[in-house]
Amino acid sequence: MPNEDKATEADMSRRLKELGSRIGEAGVRRDQQAQELREQEMETQNRASNLARGFQLSGEFVAGILLGGGAGWALDYFAGISPWGLIVGLLLGFAAGTLNVMRSAGVLAPQGSSWDKKD
Amino acid sequence: MDPIHQFNIQKVYVLGHIAGYEISITNSALYMFAAVAFIIGGMLLATSRRALVPGRAQGVVEVGYNFVADMLRSSAGEAGMKFFPLVFTLFSFVLVLNMFGNIPGFFAVTSHIVITVFLALVVFITVIVYGFYKNGLKFLKLFVPSGVPIYILPLITAIEVLSFFSRPVSHSVRLFANVLAGHITLKVFASFITMLGGFGLLGWAASILPLGLTVAITALELLVSFLQAYVFAILTCIYLNDAIHPGH
Repeated sequence: MPNEDKATEADMSRRLKELGSRIGEAGVRRDQQAQELREQEMETQNRASNLARGFQLSGEFVAGILLGGGAGWALDYFAGISPWGLIVGLLLGFAAGTLNVMRSAGVLAPQGSSWDKKD
Repeated sequence: MDPIHQFNIQKVYVLGHIAGYEISITNSALYMFAAVAFIIGGMLLATSRRALVPGRAQGVVEVGYNFVADMLRSSAGEAGMKFFPLVFTLFSFVLVLNMFGNIPGFFAVTSHIVITVFLALVVFITVIVYGFYKNGLKFLKLFVPSGVPIYILPLITAIEVLSFFSRPVSHSVRLFANVLAGHITLKVFASFITMLGGFGLLGWAASILPLGLTVAITALELLVSFLQAYVFAILTCIYLNDAIHPGH
């Protein structure tokens, strides 16, 4: 039955082609899904690290003010020049806090080098 | 059921008195001993076989070593590798204490600012001592930026000195605040579950929400624990870099 053989052969090759194209489509779809997942993950990570970065910068700023104010207050207490130590200390601490924030944000070159803009 | 209760320091064993002060082993000290024993024991056990093809435990230890070594090399250069023991100790100590704190019922040692300030001061004093030892008075150039007009230099130097001394503050507060805030949030949400449970069947149904949140926050706390240990270690590397190369 050569005729029937031919029919099944044609059928087989057709099914094979169909299967091939279906596998190709599934592959494309899976790649797309993986890509979307990766993008979502990146976005979540970015959001989380932005939050962490915000906390870090505010921490640096507050640390500068606290230290400047504390040093000024201590100077007041021991040298008896109240309230000038606290006033000057707070102002200097504010500047130091701003400097900390600029340094950790990478706007300013690290401590010890010239005060030019980084890069 | 107040959320602060978990941070109470309790005496476990009183050792004696020195100059009127009581010296005792507290639950905090006990957890620190446990962490040190865990780190040292784990390291020794994992590396005891010294297999060429590492097993699971040895793999973890090797990854940890490479992680800290790469961090130190990239931010402080090859000269920074002599501080590897310090950075690795700090990293593993903070990481294990943070992770211990995440286990329900365990005490979170790093939620006490005394501990984190002490760790930050260790780094700070190391930077100052090594900076002067290595560079002599040239270390002070750290506070005098080049290219600044002479008439505002005193002001700038004062600000730079303040900025330098505020380092241990932000270094320690960051770790302590993250761990403290995380544990309080966790406790508050967990206490909502039992509170809602008092309202009968409807309350039981509604308590699923805080339960889900508690689970989610626990997962977040695991991430924060690792992240804060990493941040603590990388800041240590950056500060050490100043001691090794000031005024680059």
